[in-house]
Amino acid sequence: MLIRSTATLAALFLFDAAPQVQAADKPTDPQIAHIAYTAGVLDVEAAKQALKKSKNKEVIDFAKDMVRDHEAVNVQALDLVKKLKVTPEDNATSKALTKAAAEERAKLAKLKGAAFDKAYVDNEVAYHKQVNGALETLLIPSASNAELKGLLETGLKIFQGHEQHAEHVAGMLK
Amino acid sequence: MSQRYPWIALALAIGAGQARADTIQVTIDKLVFSPAVVEAKVGDTIVWVNKDAFAHTATVKGGWEVMIPPKKSASLTLKTAETADYFCRFHPNMKGRLVVASR
Repeated sequence: MLIRSTATLAALFLFDAAPQVQAADKPTDPQIAHIAYTAGVLDVEAAKQALKKSKNKEVIDFAKDMVRDHEAVNVQALDLVKKLKVTPEDNATSKALTKAAAEERAKLAKLKGAAFDKAYVDNEVAYHKQVNGALETLLIPSASNAELKGLLETGLKIFQGHEQHAEHVAGMLK
Repeated sequence: MSQRYPWIALALAIGAGQARADTIQVTIDKLVFSPAVVEAKVGDTIVWVNKDAFAHTATVKGGWEVMIPPKKSASLTLKTAETADYFCRFHPNMKGRLVVASR
């Protein structure tokens, strides 16, 4: 279930990043800003679900870290798009991310206790891995504005940190 | 660095026999501890200056932890001679090392 949605998105990103894709198919800065912002919002939503459902201290602490960091990144992102007078533009990748996240939340809503904790944290590992892949191979190379690229690079370091953090929490749940 | 010498001279002059403890700054910017490796002595104080909008920690596995709030500083006075590899608990890809010698 998790594997399917992740694979769908991986395919989407791979398709987007495929070398034969024309330069015109590369995401524009307004689209990149939208994708990065959406990715953050979705992880905050996932964390808020975990804060409601989980009773595990490690999971709750991790979810709080996600809310704090992603909201801080997105404040910076909003400040930057305002400064650059860029209007984030919805696009197929943002839509696919949003759809997959909604499906994941619906699946997680049916789980309880340790089963929920494990599924949430496993998905956090997969989600950050997937977003990091997109940042590295598609979004950062496609960004034309230097400040946007810089913020994405910082975002990548944050997300890589979260991926390791999530892996650590996943290890503790076993 | 040069600012240290008058103090050393003063310490020698008054026969204190012990050099003044230093304060050593480690800057955190864009999820990087800089300098990543710090050599210090027992009694010195490390000050982490966090320029990021994100909270970080300096954490030694099974040891001490310093919380470093966004856009704030936090400090630790070194009490034991040790080589301490530390990381940020929130972003474990951030790593630093303190090499603490006895005085």
